Amino acid sequence: MTEILVATGIPKLARGVRLRHDEARGQWVLLAPERVLNPDPVAVEILKKVDGTRSIDAIVDELASAFTVDRERVATDVDAFLAGLVEKGMIEIASPLIGDAAS
Amino acid sequence: MNVVADPHTHREAPVRPAPPAPYGMLAELTHRCPLQCPYCSNPVELDRRNVELDLDTWKRVFSEAARLGVLQVHLSGGEPTARRDLEDMIRHCVEVGIYTNLITAGVGVTPERLQAISDAGIDHVQLSFQGATAETTDKVSNFRGAHERKLAVAREVRRLGLPLTINSVVHRANIHQIPAFIDLALSLDAKRIEIAHSQYYGWALRNRGALMPTREQVFWALDVVEEARARLKGKLTIDAVVPDYYAKYPKPCMNGWGRQSLNVTPSGKVLPCHAAETIPSLDFWNVREHSLSEIWTDSPAFNAFRGTDWMPELCRSCERKEIDWGGCRCQAMAIAGDAAATDPACHKSPLHAHMLALAEADAEGSSEYDYRRYLTPDRPS
Ligand code: SF4
Ligand code: SF4
Repeated sequence: MTEILVATGIPKLARGVRLRHDEARGQWVLLAPERVLNPDPVAVEILKKVDGTRSIDAIVDELASAFTVDRERVATDVDAFLAGLVEKGMIEIASPLIGDAAS
Repeated sequence: MNVVADPHTHREAPVRPAPPAPYGMLAELTHRCPLQCPYCSNPVELDRRNVELDLDTWKRVFSEAARLGVLQVHLSGGEPTARRDLEDMIRHCVEVGIYTNLITAGVGVTPERLQAISDAGIDHVQLSFQGATAETTDKVSNFRGAHERKLAVAREVRRLGLPLTINSVVHRANIHQIPAFIDLALSLDAKRIEIAHSQYYGWALRNRGALMPTREQVFWALDVVEEARARLKGKLTIDAVVPDYYAKYPKPCMNGWGRQSLNVTPSGKVLPCHAAETIPSLDFWNVREHSLSEIWTDSPAFNAFRGTDWMPELCRSCERKEIDWGGCRCQAMAIAGDAAATDPACHKSPLHAHMLALAEADAEGSSEYDYRRYLTPDRPS
């Protein structure tokens, strides 16, 4: 079952999950309990923006303009990717305060 | 130093290509521990406090590990919290970008201490349970009240928002508790449980007659784990280390000798696996004399069984040689008396039937434990 993510939700990496550049191997890695994952380049661009302050909407906006791709497509990709990590418990989504959504 | 292609400098071709960098390092900070598990993976000859590496040396080792490519450090022991400078080590690992995993038995760890460990930046906590009930935990660890204390630590870990893994080593006296171990993990809000069958080196080898489960128990356990995995997918990750005494093929021990990880003992020896010291012919280098990358690349112990060249013909000509890497060197040593033999767990080994017979005889053995302890002149080995 894939969760439906609210676009105004603010994703952040769960405690115990870290994204870092692995200098020795020249790649990005996502570190979790007893796991080392190798996110692909698109995933890395998304994960770099998951900082606990940007909303999903903001992340999609920034990626769409940075890579000049169709916003709809970016939104679908970001949603699917984040939902997968939410399911694995690696990302948590905080809902923004009511009334704050438009700011 | 890593050999990198650099068009601006002349380099001699290395004699042997540098091995790929390790991902993980087990840091055995101390052998001191309040518990006395009869299967403890520490060697029978435990290091005493006065030979332990000091904080500055550990910090250097962590820095060298990070440069070498180590991504995750497992802070273990003995009981790692017996080191009062544990928090300084964690902070240092965070500084050099290493992911930290605490492997603790939990006894003697106060809420204040856990808070400090959390503040220092620990990423993940693994807490051992010797049984799924107080009676079993206290009996196996030989420590009255251990179970209650572990429960309190588990709750505190989760209250601090840290990810929790429950570690359970299973053997004849508690293997039937696997379903209860899984329920325990769920009730403590752990996201992961490790169910590891006892591995027979060091203390566990001494206690094999009291630990060895029967074949029926082992196959029952495999089914239980498989069923629970399917049922709890997405809720609880179950990582199981399966026993190979009753199997057809050996386990891919360490995913290959000197391939992905290394182990530093309390006194600074660097081992390819925690049991490697049971192989008397190996020459281990110490971090007091060598850098970690020198040891990883050049030390005789790491090169002894790296890759496939060392293998006996039976393995070298086998299509599984890069799947199980010929199995476990320490098990070959323990059963065949030759660390370079095919692991007797493999059905192709001429000693396979002998090993099976040993296991079956041990499964009928006495249930008295020879508890882990410092050996003293009046209680020699
Ligand atoms: S296995 Fe038991 S005795 Fe050995 S270090 Fe762990 S808790 Fe202590
Ligand atoms: S012969 Fe060697 S490589 Fe082949 S399965 Fe047995 S242990 Fe593994």
